[in-house]
Amino acid sequence: MFEGILITIATAATPLLIASVGELVVERSGVLNLGVEGMMVMGAVTGFGVALATGSPWLGVLAAIIVGALFSLLFGFLTLTLVTNQVATGLALTLLGLGLSGMLGESFVGQPGVKMDYIYIPVLTDLPLVGKLFFGQDPLFYVSLLLTAGVAYFLFRTRAGLTLRSIGDNHTSAHALGINVIGIRYLAVMFGGACAGLAGAYLSLVYTPQWIENMTAGRGWIALALVVFASWRPWRVLAGAYLFGAVSIGQLHAQALGIGVPSQLLSSLPYLATIVVLVLISRNRRLTMVNTPASLGRPFVPDR
Amino acid sequence: MKKTILSLAAAAAVMSFGTMAAEAKVKACWVYVGPIGDFGYSYQHHQGLLQAKEKFGDELETAYLESVPEGADAERAIERFARSGCNIIFATSFGFMDPTNKVAGKFPDVKFEHATGYKREHPNVATYNSKFHEGRYVQGVIAAKESKAGVAGYIASFPIPEVVMGINAFMLGAQSVNPDFKVKVVWANTWFDAGKEADAAKALIDQGVDIITQHTDSTAPMQVATERGIKAFGQASDMIKFGPTTQLTSIVDDWGPYYIERIQEVVDGTWKQSDIWGGMKEGHVVMAAYANMSDEAKKLAEETEAKIKSGAFNPFTGPVTKQDGTEWLKAGEVAEDGVLLGMNFYVKGVDDKLPQ
Repeated sequence: MFEGILITIATAATPLLIASVGELVVERSGVLNLGVEGMMVMGAVTGFGVALATGSPWLGVLAAIIVGALFSLLFGFLTLTLVTNQVATGLALTLLGLGLSGMLGESFVGQPGVKMDYIYIPVLTDLPLVGKLFFGQDPLFYVSLLLTAGVAYFLFRTRAGLTLRSIGDNHTSAHALGINVIGIRYLAVMFGGACAGLAGAYLSLVYTPQWIENMTAGRGWIALALVVFASWRPWRVLAGAYLFGAVSIGQLHAQALGIGVPSQLLSSLPYLATIVVLVLISRNRRLTMVNTPASLGRPFVPDR
Repeated sequence: MKKTILSLAAAAAVMSFGTMAAEAKVKACWVYVGPIGDFGYSYQHHQGLLQAKEKFGDELETAYLESVPEGADAERAIERFARSGCNIIFATSFGFMDPTNKVAGKFPDVKFEHATGYKREHPNVATYNSKFHEGRYVQGVIAAKESKAGVAGYIASFPIPEVVMGINAFMLGAQSVNPDFKVKVVWANTWFDAGKEADAAKALIDQGVDIITQHTDSTAPMQVATERGIKAFGQASDMIKFGPTTQLTSIVDDWGPYYIERIQEVVDGTWKQSDIWGGMKEGHVVMAAYANMSDEAKKLAEETEAKIKSGAFNPFTGPVTKQDGTEWLKAGEVAEDGVLLGMNFYVKGVDDKLPQ
């Protein structure tokens, strides 16, 4: 039972983690894309549709990643090339994604989907207590951990990561140094879109293998919030996502046990707990200031 | 250039002629709270629209608005419909109650139908609802027959009378077979969040229930039950495709017959204000095929359904004791509709504290 609970927590946390890590890279480059929910839901409908048509969840995942990236390109073109307001454009992207996915997915409603198989490694998966937890989950769970490690390494251990962060901190100086600010921001936005698409595919291929309109149900917004509360640090995003997942699942178990605490309060616990803990770990103001991308959300027009 | 204008004019003429030719006798309009793609509540109302459309053909013009938030937006949506020439408007969510009545006062010639509410402030407002709890009673009977653990898991949405009534009916149905049967309740505090509903199902299964039933709208719990190899009940629509070896039965909301009846009355000019609470008898609540259960359970389920359908039996018939041990219904006493529609207490045996 204990192992089952941990696996359930991992399933709840994984889509949040994937989308958050993508958005973290976007925001570290100084761009605020509030369209995570829209990109995610586009990924969900694409992943479901392609997997259903081809019978292969992996093709679904691939298509979701591509569509997520392409969809974010729309945001990139508007905000980076045409320099529109990032907040308004991001919100528009969310609305567009929710509407468009509903239209595209109309014929998928009520159809059982294709489920991605769990990993099975002989001997290891059969280990008692921890076998399934460490060696028997869905493949995307491992991808999400690798993704977090990869992004942490990229941002803080590579030159390209340093360049990306420098753009996020001061795009004017970066531009003066000859760095292609707009080009790199395009790449970052597309990476964020690809991650959101992947997170969406996780929902429609692993978490609940089906398509329903609005099936993201606000997870894109939670992913956005996690990035801020984690003060733009990848491993803290992971901590936040798992904490959120743990309290979400924990409160359901508390209810099923019938402990008699009002369910409305229990339902709000994941949000409360995540905020409290992340505020605590980022209470060092100086460190938070250092981590916050100073150019976040500010428009950039290169002078020629 | 001139040619373009000419052809445009021609096209416009054809178009206006086209609308004239297809002019229907009656226009019926629907306002939905969710997307028609939810495969649950709003989806089923939309199926009702489609049934009406099929029945009346060109005689009927239909329109609908989906995902309309409850509140001020709903009023605008309903008013827009009233202005656009709808003869009858179906507002299909509880939260549309006040907006419907407000708009109805301004448009006395338009008929308004509000689902699941109780306010009829103007003579052109009718209300309608379905006795889903009748189906839940049958589910309870099946659960108690089929469960080996003697515990069922109930994924609930919000603590409103409709949902509480369902839990109680399920409990009473189960107790009629096994007096010691237990129901564990988890409140998802949402009508519609596939992920959360799946998590709730997993939590309940991890705590030892071997049958899942739900009063939330997605098919996710059914899929989880299938994966874990236990049985489950569908909700609002027939979900057998999501659990071919899992679904015992499902309560199907069939609004079509009611919509057809009411639209016909508008056509005939006999429409009158009414408050319809239809159940199995009226064909508003339909049970999906009984499957994946023993012949004995199936027989008992069919008998129970027949008993309710004929009107010989009401699920809320005494003796019934409240959760706190006080007597609610004396032996043979039948609950009044008014009490049911405002239900805010559990019956004995429910393993949960009702959120207030």
